[in-house]
Amino acid sequence: MTEPTTATTIAEAVRFGTTTASTILERHLAAIDEREADVHAFNLVLADEARAQAAAIDELSAMGTDPGPLAGVPVALKDNMCTRGIPTTCSSKILGDWKPPYDATVVTRLRDAGAIVIGKTNLDEFAMGSSTENSAFGPTRNPLDTTRVPGGSSGGSAAAVAAGFAPLSFGSDTGGSIRQPAALCGTVGVKPTYGMVSRLGLIAFGSSLDQIGPFANTIDDAALALEAISGHDPGDSTSIERPPLELRSKLLMGAAGLRVGRITDLPEGASPDVQARLDEAFDALSAAGAEIVDVEVPAFGYGLTAYYLIAPAEASSNLARFDGVRFGMRVNAPDTNQMYMATRTEGFGAEVKRRIMLGTYALSAGYYDAYYGRALKVRRLIANDFAAAYAQVDVLLTPASPTVAFEIGDKASDPLAMYLCDTYTIPSNLSGDPGMSVPFGTGEDGLPVGVQVLAPALEDATMFRVAAELERAAGATR
Amino acid sequence: MATLARLSLTEDELAVATDELGAMLDHFAEIDALDLDDVEPMNNPTHLANVMRDDVVAECLDRDEVLAAAPLAEDHRFRVPPIIGLDD
Repeated sequence: MTEPTTATTIAEAVRFGTTTASTILERHLAAIDEREADVHAFNLVLADEARAQAAAIDELSAMGTDPGPLAGVPVALKDNMCTRGIPTTCSSKILGDWKPPYDATVVTRLRDAGAIVIGKTNLDEFAMGSSTENSAFGPTRNPLDTTRVPGGSSGGSAAAVAAGFAPLSFGSDTGGSIRQPAALCGTVGVKPTYGMVSRLGLIAFGSSLDQIGPFANTIDDAALALEAISGHDPGDSTSIERPPLELRSKLLMGAAGLRVGRITDLPEGASPDVQARLDEAFDALSAAGAEIVDVEVPAFGYGLTAYYLIAPAEASSNLARFDGVRFGMRVNAPDTNQMYMATRTEGFGAEVKRRIMLGTYALSAGYYDAYYGRALKVRRLIANDFAAAYAQVDVLLTPASPTVAFEIGDKASDPLAMYLCDTYTIPSNLSGDPGMSVPFGTGEDGLPVGVQVLAPALEDATMFRVAAELERAAGATR
Repeated sequence: MATLARLSLTEDELAVATDELGAMLDHFAEIDALDLDDVEPMNNPTHLANVMRDDVVAECLDRDEVLAAAPLAEDHRFRVPPIIGLDD
């Protein structure tokens, strides 16, 4: 019998006793040993804790107790999700060796489902970036070509799945931080509907935009993961009062009869190879019986501007809590005000400072109405335009990233060029709608291309239906 | 702006930051031409408001564990440098 490699087959094999959680774990730890030095997906590998967890799962199984739907599945967590007693850094110096006094709701749900936390993954500091180069602990490299970036900000989580370090990982997506790295690493990456997954214990960047979601090698695995972590959490006041998502039962329904929208006024910028794969994705869905419909989303192109006023504004407020008093590092000074300043100046990296200042500016007296206030109105326009499009179609298809993975250092000195990486992902964070990146063929230099499926809020299952059809089509031509 | 954000920048950093901020604000000027007079601002994607929990006693974080994670704690409190009496 072949060794199970996907999350669904691993969980099945562990539940039926044809393998053990410990066997599965050791295989993944060996993969990490072999390649982690080249990739640097992790800030911390939790080998000892994971071994203890795997042994506990195997004991449950031996006693005839079902360990849960993710039995024995190793999972990697972006290092901005709180893990009790285990360092959580946001890839920033400012948190020092801080150990959170509680687990994020997502972590609790994963453990309750039988998953094994194998490590904490690298990110752009406080999730601000699109390349995982802005980490206090050094960049993560793309496992498919280690001279290139894995995307960001959840680059460590994307790389961990692409390198085979774990079949599932979790990231956070504020402006594309799951979908863009998924595209660049050739994995599936999902940003669910805002409020579908609890943000309790996710260290906040832009609270009205942040959403946790999974990375996986298959649509079925991503569905399994999202079913396990979604559903109402009274601990998060922005959590929607809904039961966990039901996705896996919908994956074989096909795309026949669905209306798939092509945005005719989409901002330019996608490279020819990415555009070609997107065109093929429309063809594949049409061949599967979907109706392709041209729609307009006029305000889509203003997403980047609205986002880079709103997200830094929220970040400047959220990151005020890192002041050297309650957690992390402190730089001593004669009085408290000087201590705040010395700690933050030493603790935050350049990109984080840039965004805090941009946000402070957008919120400051005299500029509030002109910048932040207008950005919130543009946000409404974008949401309204999406709603009008979704009155005509069930899903929209766009590129996930304008290009395939770029070279390390390529955009490091040009903030605006880096921000443009998220042109196609940002608008659905502003509207709160779900989106996911699905690997669909390769582009320049044989690197993967991701096609983005977007759907209206709460229609995550429809989005997965279309994603599953694209996965079948991509597999058929491979 | 840096002072408001409790950050201190060197002269060089300040010059770079000013240039970068200027370039971004130039890009953001694209929304100046939009007519937004009758548009309602959108703060967040949900329609939730004033979400409150039931007023019952519940378990909370362990005090010692929380204080152990602070840079400096004393007598069950966070310890900070002086705030008042600095002119003495």
